Amino acid sequence: MENLVLQALSGLASASSLFLVASGLTVIFGVSRVVNFAHGSLYMLGAYLAWTLVTTLPRGHLGFWGGVIGAALLVGLIGLLVEVLLLRRIYRAPELFQLLATFGVVLIVQDLALMTWGAQDLLGPRAPGLRGSVEIVGLRFPLYELFLIGVGPVVLALLWLLFHRTRWGTLVRAATQDREMVGALGVNQRMLFTSVFFLGSLLAGLGGALQLPRESVNLHMDLSIITEAFVVVVVGGLGSLSGAALAALLIGELHAFGILIVPKITLVLVFLVMALVLVVRPHGLLGKPEAAARGGQGSAEPVIGPAPPALRWLALAALAVAVVLPPFLGDYAVSVLTELAIFVLFAASLHLIMGPGGMASFGHAAYFGLGAYGAALAAQWLGAPMLAGLALAPLMAGIFGLVFGYFCVRLSGVYAAMLTLAFAQIAWSVAFQWVEVTGGDNGILGVWPDAWAAPKLVYYYLALALCLGATLFLRRVVHAPFGYALRAQRDSTLRAEAIGIDAFRIRWLGFALAAAAAGIAGGLFAYGKGSVFPTYMGIPRSVDALLMVLLGGVQTLSGPIIGALAFTGLQEQLVRLTDLWRLILGCIIVLLVLFFPQGLAGAARARWEARHGDA
Amino acid sequence: MGRRQILAGAGVAALAAPGLARAQGEAIRIGEINSYTAQPAFLQPYRNAWLLAQEQVNAAGGINGRRLETVFRDDAGRPEDAVRLAGELVNAEKVSLLAGGFLSNVGLALADFANQNKRLFVASEPLTDALVWSRGNKYTFRLRASTYMQSAMLVEEAAKLPAKRWATVAPNYEYGQSAVRWFKELLSRAKPDVEFVAEQFPALGRIDAGATVQALAAANPEAIFNVTFGADLTNFVRQGSTRGLFERRRVVSLLTGEPEYLDPLGDEAPEDWIVTGYPWEQIDTPSHTPFREAYRRRWNDYPRLGSVVGYDTVMAIAALLRKTPTLETEALVEAMSGLKFQSVLGPVEFRAIDHQSTMGAFVGRTVLKNGKGSMADWRYADGKDYLPSDDVVRTLRPQA
Repeated sequence: MENLVLQALSGLASASSLFLVASGLTVIFGVSRVVNFAHGSLYMLGAYLAWTLVTTLPRGHLGFWGGVIGAALLVGLIGLLVEVLLLRRIYRAPELFQLLATFGVVLIVQDLALMTWGAQDLLGPRAPGLRGSVEIVGLRFPLYELFLIGVGPVVLALLWLLFHRTRWGTLVRAATQDREMVGALGVNQRMLFTSVFFLGSLLAGLGGALQLPRESVNLHMDLSIITEAFVVVVVGGLGSLSGAALAALLIGELHAFGILIVPKITLVLVFLVMALVLVVRPHGLLGKPEAAARGGQGSAEPVIGPAPPALRWLALAALAVAVVLPPFLGDYAVSVLTELAIFVLFAASLHLIMGPGGMASFGHAAYFGLGAYGAALAAQWLGAPMLAGLALAPLMAGIFGLVFGYFCVRLSGVYAAMLTLAFAQIAWSVAFQWVEVTGGDNGILGVWPDAWAAPKLVYYYLALALCLGATLFLRRVVHAPFGYALRAQRDSTLRAEAIGIDAFRIRWLGFALAAAAAGIAGGLFAYGKGSVFPTYMGIPRSVDALLMVLLGGVQTLSGPIIGALAFTGLQEQLVRLTDLWRLILGCIIVLLVLFFPQGLAGAARARWEARHGDA
Repeated sequence: MGRRQILAGAGVAALAAPGLARAQGEAIRIGEINSYTAQPAFLQPYRNAWLLAQEQVNAAGGINGRRLETVFRDDAGRPEDAVRLAGELVNAEKVSLLAGGFLSNVGLALADFANQNKRLFVASEPLTDALVWSRGNKYTFRLRASTYMQSAMLVEEAAKLPAKRWATVAPNYEYGQSAVRWFKELLSRAKPDVEFVAEQFPALGRIDAGATVQALAAANPEAIFNVTFGADLTNFVRQGSTRGLFERRRVVSLLTGEPEYLDPLGDEAPEDWIVTGYPWEQIDTPSHTPFREAYRRRWNDYPRLGSVVGYDTVMAIAALLRKTPTLETEALVEAMSGLKFQSVLGPVEFRAIDHQSTMGAFVGRTVLKNGKGSMADWRYADGKDYLPSDDVVRTLRPQA
C-alpha cells in the first residue's frame, strides 16, 4: 500500500514535468497553428543553458535558481528569434509547411549543441535546499520531486491568470478561437504571435532547465520529449491548457502504475492512450472542434489540371535518363537510384492523402514498414519467392490501412495526423517486441531477391517499373472521378455530401489506397536492403516522408516526386561529405522554406504561370 | 568535411610523412561504418583511437609497404542506411573489407550484407549474441566481448553474493532483454535457489526513473542486476540514491565501469557496485601503458573504452593483413579464423568456431576517488574463459 502511494507520487512528478513542456507547445499551437517540431530542441537547449549557467554562477540559491530562470528566458529569446526570422515569413504557406521549417531548426540545434557542449552527457548539480528526501508513509521520497509536483499546478495557475486576467491573455484566447476575427478587429497579430512564441519557448526552456537536478543533460533529449509532448497536447485537446494538464496527469499515472503490471509496456503506453482517447473523443479530452475554415484561411487549393506540355516533355526526358543511363553507372549509383525510385512512390502515396485527400499523416511509415514486414515474413516463414512477397506487401499494408484508416479518417487536422502516428507506433512496437515472429529490433535478415533479380541493375528496373507504374496509377486516380470526389470532400465536406458523395468512404478508400502504395515501396525496399527492421516504420521515416512531400509542394502532383528526389539525394550526398550533415541539411531546409514557401514544384509552377499565364 | 576530419586529415599528413617513404604502393582501404551522429559519446573516442592506430601502423611502414587508409561513414543509427553505405564503400570506394557497427541491428544488417556480397566484416562494437551465433555467418567476425560473455563474467561475481532475491532493470530492446535472459539463466544454474522478484524494462533513453526505482523497491529485492547505461543510468542512479534503493542492496551492473558511462556521473557515481568496465588510469601493462600515453599525446584526452575498441579493431585488421599476402576476401576470411593478435588488453584470438574474439573485460567494483567514479579490486576477465563449451556453441550456431 505504502508503495502504491509513492508510485502515485512518482507519477505526479513525471506528469508535472511533462505538463511544463506540453503547456508551451499547446499555447503556441492554439494561436499560431504551427506544429512546432523544434519544441523538443528548445527543451534541450533549456537544459544545456541551465547547466552552463548553474555551473558558472556562484553556488547557492541565487546561482541555481537564477541559472534556471536565466536559461528559460534565454530559450524564450531563441524561440522569439526563430519566430521573427523564420516562421513569421511562412504563416501563409500551406498547412503543416511550418513543420518543415521547424524540423530544419531541430537538425541545426542538434549539431550546434554537439559542437558547443560536446558528446558526453552532462550532470547538473542538485537543487540547493532540495537535495535530500523526506519520509512519506514510512518510505523515502525525493524533495525535489515534491517540489516538481508543486511546480506544475503553480505554472498552470499562473498561466490561467495570465490568460484570464490580462488583456494580452484575452487576445490570445480570442486568437485561439478565431484568428481572422481578431485580426479584423485591429489587433496587431504579429506582436501577438511573437509574444506567444516567446512564452511557449520560455515554458519549454523552463521545463528543460528544471530537469537539471533530476536527469542528465544529453543530446537525445529533444527527440525523446517531443513525441510525448505532442501526445499530451493532442490527448488533452489542442490549445487547451487544462486539457494538457489532465492528459499529463493521465499519462504520468498510467505509466507509473502500468510498469508495475506489464514492465515492457513502456514503449507503447502513451500511444495506446492516445489512440484510445482519440477514438472515443475525436478532439481530445478537453478540446473543442476546430472552427470551420473560412475561405480566407491560407490560399485556396488550386485546381489540378492535366500537366502542361513542357512538364510532360521534362518528365519524359527524366524517364529516358532513368532508363538509359543506369547500365553505364556503377553498382552503388544504381542502388541509390533504386532507393530514389522507392522513395518517390513512398512520397507520392503520402501525397495522395495529404494533397488531394486533405489529411496529414504523421505515421505513414507504418504502411511502408508493414509492406516490408509482409514481404519479409512471407520470405522467412513461408519461404515465399520474391514476387509473391512483393505481391503480399501492398496487401498487408492495404489491409492495415483499411483497419487503421477506419478510425483515422473520422478525425480531422492534427488529431487525424496524430492518430495515424499512434497506430504507426503501435505497429512499430509490435514489430519491436514480438521477437519470436519479427526478430524484434534485430530484424529479419536474408530477405534477398531471387537469383534472376539479384543483379543490381535488374532489381533497379524492377523497382523502377513497379514504382513508376504505381506512381502513375496514383496520378491517374487523382484525375479519375474518385480523385474528384476526394478533392471535393477536402475542399468542402458539407457541399460534397450534399451532392451525394460519401465523404467518409472516399477518404477511407483513399487512405487504404495510399497505404497499399506505400506497401509496394516498403516491399521493394525490403528486398533492396536484404533485411527489415522496426526502424522502417519508426517516426523518423514518417517524418522523412512528410518532409519530402512538403519540400516538393503539397499542391502539385509532381511535388512529392521532386521532393523525394531532392531530399533523399541531398541527404545521401551530405552524409558522405561531412560529419556536420545535419547542420547543413537543416540550413538548406530553412533556406528552401524561406524562398519556396509553396515547395519546390509549387515555386516552379508559380514561375511558369507568371511567364506563360495560367496553364 | 567535418572539423574533426580536417584535423584528423592534417594529423595523418603530418605523422604519416616519415612513413610515407617506406610505405609505398597503393593504399589498403578499410570501409568503416558507425552511428557517429547518433552515438557521439562512444564513437568520438573510438574514431580518435582508430586514427591513432592507423597512423602508428603507417608510421611503422604500413602493411608490407602499403599504407592503411580508412573511409568513415555515418549511418545515423539506421541499419538500412548502413547497408546502403556498405554498398557504396564496396562498389564505389573499393574498400577491401568492412568494419564498425555500434548498434546491434546495424551490426546484423552489415553482417548480412557481408554474407550476401562475400566481403569480410569485422564488427567492432555490437554486442548482440546473434551476430556470431544464431545469425552468425562465414564473413563476419566480432571483436568486443558479447552480451553473453559480459553477463557470464558478472554472474560469476553475483553467485558469490549471499543475495537470493534479485530484481533486474534493463533497457527495452534486444541488448537489455538478452542480458537479463542470460543473467537469469546462468545465475539460476550457478545458484538454483535464487529467485527473480521483479523486472523493469524502461524504454531506451526515456526511462521514467522515479517510477522505475519505486517499482523495484516495492519488490524488496536483496540485489539488483542493472543493464541500463548512458542517460538512463544517470537518471536511474540519481533517483535510486535519493530514494535509498541501493542501501543494503548489492547492485551488479553491466558496462557501468566504462568511463563513457561512469564519468558523466561525477561525484554521484554509485559506490560498491559490481561492474564490467575499463579502469584506464590503473592498467599499467606493457600493452596498455604505451597505448594510453600515445592516445594522450595525440588527442590530449584520456582513452575511453571506445578508444580501446577502435584501436584494437585496427590492430586486428593490421595483424590480419600482415598474415595474408592477398586482399582476396576468401583468403582474408581464412586468415581471420583463429587469428591471434596482441590487443591493448592482452592477447586475443578470433575463434575459428564462432568468429568471436576472446577479448575480455575488466570486472571490479566501483569506488569514488577524488570526486570521480573509478574501479577497485578489478581483474581482467579473459573472454576465452566466459564462452560456452564448443558443443554448446555448435548448437547456438547451427548454420555454420
